[in-house]
Amino acid sequence: MAAFELPPWMALAPALTFALTALVLFVVDSIDPDSENRTLVAGTATLGSLAAAGFAVWYLFAGTGEEPIVLFGDALVVDSMSLFFAVVFASVTTLVCVASYDYMADHHYQGEFYALVMLAATGMTIMPSANSLAIVFVSLELSSLPSYALVAILKKNRGSVEAGLKYFLVGALSSAILVYGISLVYGVTGSLLLPEVASGIAGTELNGVLGVGMLMIIGGFAFKTASVPFHFWAPEAYEGAPAPVSAFLSSASKAAGFAVAFRVLTVGFPIQEVVVGATASVDWVLAAQILAVATMTLGNFAAATQDTVKRMLAYSSIGHAGYALIGLAALTGGNDQMVLGASMAHLLVYGFMNTGAFLFIALAEHWSVGRTFEDYNGLASQAPFACVAMTVFLFSLAGLPPFGGFLSKYLLFAGAIGAGFWWLAAVGAINSALSLYYYSRVVKAMWIEEPTGDFDIESRPVGIYAALAAAAIMTVLLLPGFGPVWEYATGAAAALGA
Amino acid sequence: MWIEALIAVTLLSAFAVFLSPDGAAGKLAFALSLLPLAGSLWMYSTYEASGNALLAGSELAFEETFQWVVAGDYALQWHVGLDGISMPLVALTTVLTSLALLASWTPIDERQSQFYGLMLFLEASLLGVFSALDFFVWFVFWEMVLVPMYVLIGVWGGPRRKYAAIKMFVYTNLASLVMFIGFVALVFGLGDVNSFDMPTVAQALRGGELGSLGPVGPDALKVAAFVAMFAGFAVKVPVVPFHTWLPDAHVEAPTPVSIMLAGVLLKMGTYALLRFNFTMLPGVAQDYATIIALFAVVSVIYGAMLALAQSDLKRIVAYSSVSSMGYVILGLVAYSLYGLGGATFQMIAHGLISGLMFMAVGVIYNTTHTRMVSDMSGLASKMPFTVTVFVAGAFGYMGLPLMAGFAAELFIFLGAFQSTVLASAPLFTAAAMFGIVIVAGYLLFAMQRTLFGPFEVETDYEVGHAAFHDVAPLVVLILLVVALGVDPGIFYDMIQNAVDPLVKTAGGGA
Repeated sequence: MAAFELPPWMALAPALTFALTALVLFVVDSIDPDSENRTLVAGTATLGSLAAAGFAVWYLFAGTGEEPIVLFGDALVVDSMSLFFAVVFASVTTLVCVASYDYMADHHYQGEFYALVMLAATGMTIMPSANSLAIVFVSLELSSLPSYALVAILKKNRGSVEAGLKYFLVGALSSAILVYGISLVYGVTGSLLLPEVASGIAGTELNGVLGVGMLMIIGGFAFKTASVPFHFWAPEAYEGAPAPVSAFLSSASKAAGFAVAFRVLTVGFPIQEVVVGATASVDWVLAAQILAVATMTLGNFAAATQDTVKRMLAYSSIGHAGYALIGLAALTGGNDQMVLGASMAHLLVYGFMNTGAFLFIALAEHWSVGRTFEDYNGLASQAPFACVAMTVFLFSLAGLPPFGGFLSKYLLFAGAIGAGFWWLAAVGAINSALSLYYYSRVVKAMWIEEPTGDFDIESRPVGIYAALAAAAIMTVLLLPGFGPVWEYATGAAAALGA
Repeated sequence: MWIEALIAVTLLSAFAVFLSPDGAAGKLAFALSLLPLAGSLWMYSTYEASGNALLAGSELAFEETFQWVVAGDYALQWHVGLDGISMPLVALTTVLTSLALLASWTPIDERQSQFYGLMLFLEASLLGVFSALDFFVWFVFWEMVLVPMYVLIGVWGGPRRKYAAIKMFVYTNLASLVMFIGFVALVFGLGDVNSFDMPTVAQALRGGELGSLGPVGPDALKVAAFVAMFAGFAVKVPVVPFHTWLPDAHVEAPTPVSIMLAGVLLKMGTYALLRFNFTMLPGVAQDYATIIALFAVVSVIYGAMLALAQSDLKRIVAYSSVSSMGYVILGLVAYSLYGLGGATFQMIAHGLISGLMFMAVGVIYNTTHTRMVSDMSGLASKMPFTVTVFVAGAFGYMGLPLMAGFAAELFIFLGAFQSTVLASAPLFTAAAMFGIVIVAGYLLFAMQRTLFGPFEVETDYEVGHAAFHDVAPLVVLILLVVALGVDPGIFYDMIQNAVDPLVKTAGGGA
């Protein structure tokens, strides 16, 4: 970067691109509110997300975040970790926009849908950069509020509206809990900036108040990541929402929740002082362990008992939140790069495979195939290509080779064992083995069962197919190409001082 | 470069066939499968290597290594290469796939592009299994084999195909998990080894570098890992009592899939046993030689007895596979030059002969639409050519001299008899040899009832003639079986070269 020097605020380019795209969409929408020109709005949104992804990838490769760039009086920090997650959000958003081109074709208000997606993505992209509890709250709300509207966007669909309401009520409650927790922590430490919170904790004796505040903050994150005990909204919201929105929420929004949790917990409440040191006050690692085990077990067992595919995927995404939580639960306070990095790498791979799986649901809904496992019977004889992609996603989610999910899951469990938490890895492995049961049910239905009804697939929506193909290719390529991902993921973990 | 090209071409062919129209898929798949076939034959003709791939001082053919992922202290790398054990298996895979594709033209009549695409995908995975030398790469290919196999049986199989497919999938997948844990524990126990590279691990283990893993001491760890890996591979072989998935899978699978299953997939199990258990932990293998030999002999005898009790031609051939694979285990456990060499040679010989038998049963089924021994007799008068090949194949199975099976079994018995590792080796050898008598018994009995005597078939179908593309692969196979029987050196020289260092360093007699 010797040739020219970008101004520091340009480090926020991924988030700014999303925000700008949202504004452009608003302008387009206000000029012609009844526009049916979905190519224009979907194209703009896709280009915006691609540009954001381009910025994030470029910065990562150029090493922009290696020396953290601090902005706005320390309130925002751009380092390799926030850029890593920006890649995840931008990729998922791109896939979702491309697929929505067909899925939302009958929707009357095109502009608002994409503008809301862009706004939510803006919030998500800021979340991993938040270095102050105030920014944490603002960015979390910025990503949540458009999401409520997105879930309920099918106004005439009872399921969609009900899901939106449920999501909103749980979300409002947990936002209140989060902000109350922040206020308690502020009361104890006298600052909202994470590094100052950390130093404030070292000198305090108000451990009780601090503990309550921290647990409340963790609760707020549990909502965003759809972890136990704030997971109730997830199955309803994912099932009722339009499938591309489910993909967006269960992949990007979840990753954003984890990203912010990683930074707040490791930087704001450093393990050395808060958990293990002489001044130990609150064992949030223990809390993360309980949450991890409860989340993966509940998610997987509930997924195994579902009748509809979309709801099964919703619970499986709760299960995956449990796996990702291992990244927090197996921290020891030193040399944690491996397990934290594995958790981040898993979230990246998950971004592609889970988005892909939900986009296949979008395709099935587009064809009005039906919702249950039986409705998918014999789908492969009609649409072999899409079914190959879905098989790739499901087996990758289950952690089978030869897909990206195999390595990321393996490294996550190996990292937990390396940190001495072999029992966490064992619980994860057992859950993972169980998950193969319900994922393979879908594969079996698609490929092996005979078609039950007569349905003919009339259209092959270009957008959804393109998104499926891209997600499947990435899921496969992430296995041979795991090397660089792993390098950047551990680099991102190192940026948190792990 | 060449192994990568071989796998990549096969994978690309699989995708091309998958996307091709149904009508053209069969011919296209066969034509494209000639590419890897030609490739592997070219590799065989230019093959130049010495020693065992996993041991020090070896010179591998077509070796290629580069870094994949560095995770914490451990490096995963892409490492492929061929030695005298894997080269014949690679050749076997490409030959059998092409022939199995020809044998698919008649029986497969729906969703053809998917079927042929999956068959080529299966071939690519198998080539990877036999050429990978890093555990992770190897494991990826090992698991890759399962997915197409599951669908191939589940979609194109017989009436109970769903049950058979899921049973195969669950059995072998659980086995893989057990084996995976066993091997990874072993690597973690080797404190100084920072990769899953199979040669590195093997040499460290043979060098006695194994430490403790947590509270488990090196000796207990060795045995535990050996048992875990043995159990994992025994399901694949299959060794009695882990064999119950095999007859179900075989009976329900369509002919070409049975050919691949018996011809190549079972060899994955014995190949892995040789590479992992018997190369990496020879000490444990020798300590527990008697127990393993017991498993082998029980497989030989019990498999043959089960075959004797069947009334379905395909089931007979399926159970006889269990019996034949028992010989391979016996050869491995003997751990002598002829034992190991014979076991490897038997993998090739049995691959060709069992492929031949399944193909012949398939041809008979295509024309008569029944496989039950009691439903037919005197086929010889209606389809003399097919029957001739069937009889020739059966004699190959019984170990008639000048056929590949004879050479293989002779080597195994010689090796087992001379074994210094195995206590009371002559006894085990004699018991296993008795298996041949049973084999001859059930094959002759079945042939006498179905092929000879007055012609009669109890089905509603008109018995026609077998098509040229059904019979041609039979001829190719029988020629290969005879060629290998007349001159075992075609493969045996390179095999012996690769197993020789094993015997020399931890041997059990000549």
